[in-house]
Amino acid sequence: MSATDHAAVHHVHRDDYGSRMGMWLFLFTELILFGGLFIIYAVYRFVHQQEFHLAAQELNTTIGLINTIALLTSSMTAAMSITAMQKGNVRFSKALIWVTIGFAFVFMVNKYFEWGAKISHGIYPGSKDLLAKPEGEILYFGLYYVMTGLHTLHVIIGVIFFLFILRQIKQGKIASDRYVRLENSALYWHLVDLIWIFLFPLFYLIH
Amino acid sequence: MSDHQHEESHVIEYGNYIFIWLGLLAFTGITVTVSGINLGNWTIVIALFIACVKSWYVLNYFMHMKYEDIIFKVFIATALFTFFIFLGFTFWDYSFTR
Amino acid sequence: MVTGALPNEKVEPSYLEVSTNKYKKGLLSWILSVDHKRIGVLYLYSMMAFFSVAVVFGFLIRLELIAPGKTIVEAQTYNQLFTLHGIIMIFLFIIPGLPAVFGNFFLPIMIGAKDVIFPRLNLMSWYMFVFGGLFAVVSMLLPGGSADTGWMFYVPYSVRTTTNVLPALIAAFILGFSSILTGLNFITTIHRMRHPDMSWFKMPLFVWSLYATAWIQVLATPIIGITLALVAIERTLGVGIFDPALGGDPVLYQHLFWIYSHPAVYIMILPAMGLVSEIIPVFTRRSIFGYKFIAFSSLAIAFFGSLVWAHHMFTAGMSDAAMFVFSFITFVLSIPSAIKVFNWISTMYKGSIQADPPFLYTLSFIFQFAIGGFTGLMLGALSVNIHLQDTSFVVAHFHYVMFGGTGFGIFAAMHYWMPKMFGRMYNLKVATWAWGIVTFGYNMLYMPLFVMGYLGMPRRYYDYLPEFQPYHVVSTVGSWILIVGLIIMFGNLWIGMRRGPKAPMNPWGGETLEWKVQTPPILENFHTVPDVHAGPYDYSKYEAKKETTK
Repeated sequence: MSATDHAAVHHVHRDDYGSRMGMWLFLFTELILFGGLFIIYAVYRFVHQQEFHLAAQELNTTIGLINTIALLTSSMTAAMSITAMQKGNVRFSKALIWVTIGFAFVFMVNKYFEWGAKISHGIYPGSKDLLAKPEGEILYFGLYYVMTGLHTLHVIIGVIFFLFILRQIKQGKIASDRYVRLENSALYWHLVDLIWIFLFPLFYLIH
Repeated sequence: MSDHQHEESHVIEYGNYIFIWLGLLAFTGITVTVSGINLGNWTIVIALFIACVKSWYVLNYFMHMKYEDIIFKVFIATALFTFFIFLGFTFWDYSFTR
Repeated sequence: MVTGALPNEKVEPSYLEVSTNKYKKGLLSWILSVDHKRIGVLYLYSMMAFFSVAVVFGFLIRLELIAPGKTIVEAQTYNQLFTLHGIIMIFLFIIPGLPAVFGNFFLPIMIGAKDVIFPRLNLMSWYMFVFGGLFAVVSMLLPGGSADTGWMFYVPYSVRTTTNVLPALIAAFILGFSSILTGLNFITTIHRMRHPDMSWFKMPLFVWSLYATAWIQVLATPIIGITLALVAIERTLGVGIFDPALGGDPVLYQHLFWIYSHPAVYIMILPAMGLVSEIIPVFTRRSIFGYKFIAFSSLAIAFFGSLVWAHHMFTAGMSDAAMFVFSFITFVLSIPSAIKVFNWISTMYKGSIQADPPFLYTLSFIFQFAIGGFTGLMLGALSVNIHLQDTSFVVAHFHYVMFGGTGFGIFAAMHYWMPKMFGRMYNLKVATWAWGIVTFGYNMLYMPLFVMGYLGMPRRYYDYLPEFQPYHVVSTVGSWILIVGLIIMFGNLWIGMRRGPKAPMNPWGGETLEWKVQTPPILENFHTVPDVHAGPYDYSKYEAKKETTK
C-alpha cells in the first residue's frame, strides 16, 4: 500500500498517514465486498426463515467458537506486535507476528476439518443429498460455503501479508521509526476478524 | 505536504490489549450462551447487537480508530452508511408484497 | 487563437523524454513508469485501442439492422456483438475514459502535486486494466464463442449458456478492481497531496467531480465484484445463489447488479460534468457561476445516484412500494443535474465566447445530455416505463447520456488537453468540421431510436417488423456519418500530435494550474508551485475590461 521506496530519481515521498488512509479505503472495499454477501444472506434469511433455522443446526457451534477465539486472540497479538515495534522491541514483535500466523493456521485446520465433515455427510454444492433438501437449505449451504470460503481466502491473504512483513523486518525496511506496513497488515487482519465476528452468529448461532 | 509524515504515534500498552481481548472473549461467551435460549426473533437481534459491540471494540482499540483523525471517522461512517443504504433499500422490495 | 498565453520559459526535457526507471527509452521506459503522466498516456492508448474495436462492433450491429431478417451476421453472432460492444464500451472505455486518462494526467497538476500518492499502485491498476481487457479479448477467441448474455449477465441465462461467459466475468471483475484502485488513489491524493494553499474550495471543479467519482468507485464497485464472482462460482461449482432451480432469486441478482451499475453511470458522467465546468469558464472568459453549487451537486449526485438502482427493474416483479420509492428518488436525482446545467448556461451569459473545438464539443454535451436526462425522467415515471421498458427508447436514452454526454466529454477533453499533453496543436479548422460531422451523425443515429422505441421496437432484437425499417435505415446511415466524423477527428488529433505546430504554454487562456506549467509538463510537474490564492476561475481581468468598454 505504501509508496515509500521506489526509483530514486522520482519523488521520494513518505506519508504514513496517507498510507493508512489508503489502507482504510481499501478495507471499505473489502467491507462492501462481504457486504454484498451479507445482503444476499439477509434477503434469503428473510424469505426462508424456518429453513435457515433448520440448516444452521447442522453446523458445529464448538468448532465455530474455537475459531472465534483463535481469531480474536490473533487479532490481539497482531495489534501487540505494533506496540512492540513502536517500543523498538523487534524480536518480540516478530514473535507476536509468528503467533498470529500460528492462530491463523489453527483457524484453517479447524475449517478444513469442518468442511471435510460436511462434505463427507454429503452436504456440498451440487450433491444429491443437498439438492434433495428444501430450497432454503440449499441457499443456506451455498452461502455457507461461499462466505466462509471467501473469508478463509482472506485469512490466507492475511498470512501472506504477514510473511511479507517478516521478510521486510529482516531486511530492515520495517523498523521502530517506520512501521506503517506492519500497521496496514494488522488492519487487514483485524478486518478478517471483524467479518468473522458477524459470520459466527449468523451461521452458527441461529438455532 | 510531507510535514505530517512523522506525526506523534500513539503507543497502546500490552495490558490494554489484554483487557480488550478479555472483554471480547466475555462477549463471545455471552452470545453463545444467549443463543441457547429460545427467544424467537430476538435471538438474531441480540446476536447481531453483541457482534456490533465487539466490532466497536475491535475497531476502536485494535484498529486504533479511537486515536485517528476525525476524517477517518467520517470515512468509516460514510462506508457503513452506504452499506446500510444498499441493505435497507433492497428491503423496499422484499419487505412488501411483490 | 493564442490568447492569454504566457511565454514559454526556458524549455526543459518534458516527461515525454525523461524516464523514471533504468530504461531511458523505448517501450519498457513507458510500461514500467510510475509517472502519473506516462500512466495517463498508457491508459489513453490502450483505451483508444479497445474503443476502436467496440466502435466496429457497434457499426456491425447497426449494419445488421438496416433491413429485417438476416443481413450480414447470424442471430447468435448478433447477440455476441452487442454483448461485447457493451462490455468493452462500458468497462474499457467510458468508465476509465476521463478519470484514468485525464484524471491521472491532470489531477496531480491541478492540485499542485508532483504525482499521485501511490504511484506504483497507479501503474498496477493500469496493468489490471490491460489484463482485464485481455480476458475480454480471450472470451472472443476461445472456442464456444464470446458471451451472448448482454453486458448485464442476467441470471439464470448467464449460468446456463454455453458461451464463454467465464472469461467475460473475470474480465469485468479485474477491471472493477482496477477502477477501485484508481479511485482509492485519487481520494487519498486529493486529501494528502494538495498544495498547502489550495483549500477545498480552491480546487478546480474537475477535481471535485473526480473526488465524488472516486468515492463511488471505492464504495460501489465491490458489489459488482462479488456479484459477478458469485455468478462465476454458480457456473463452475453449481453453488445455489441466484439460480431459481436451486431456490435462488434472479431479481436479487438484478438488485445487486444495479446497486453497482447505476452508480456506475455516475462514475461515467460525473467526470464529464467536471470537465464541462472547466471548459466553459475558459472559453467564455467568465468565472464559473455557482462554484459551490457545482461542487456540492457532484457529491449530491454521487449520493442520490446510489439510491435509485431499482429503476432499472420496474418490470422485473418488484414490490409496489419499492417501485414508488425508487421512482420518486429518480426524480429527486434530476435536481443536482439540473443545477449543473443551469450554472453552465449562466456562466456563458454575457461571456465573450470563443468557439474553439473543445467548447463546441461541450455545447454538444449539454444539448445531448439534456435530451438524455429528460428521457431519463420519462423512463423513471412508472406508468411510462411499463410501455418503454426494453424498447430502443431505452437504448437511445442511455446512449444520449453515455455517448452524447460522456463520450463527447472525452472528445472535448482530448481537444482541450492534448496540446498540453503532447506539446503540439492539431488543425482547428478540421477539428471544427469533424465536430459538426460527429454531432450530426450522432444525432441522426440515435434520434430515430427514440421514435421507433416509442412505437414499440424492442431493444436487442435481431429481427423486426417491416414498418420500423425507415427508422432503422436513417439510423444506420447516421452511423456511417458518425464513423466518418470519428475518423476525421481522430486522424486530425493523431496528425496534430505527431506533426502539428508546437503548442504554446496556454493555448486557450485557462487559469487552472495545468496551464501554468511547461508544455509538455516536466517530470515532477513544477519547479516552484505557482500561486493558487486566486482560485481556479479568476477571469476578473477580462470581466473588468468589459465593464469599462461598455
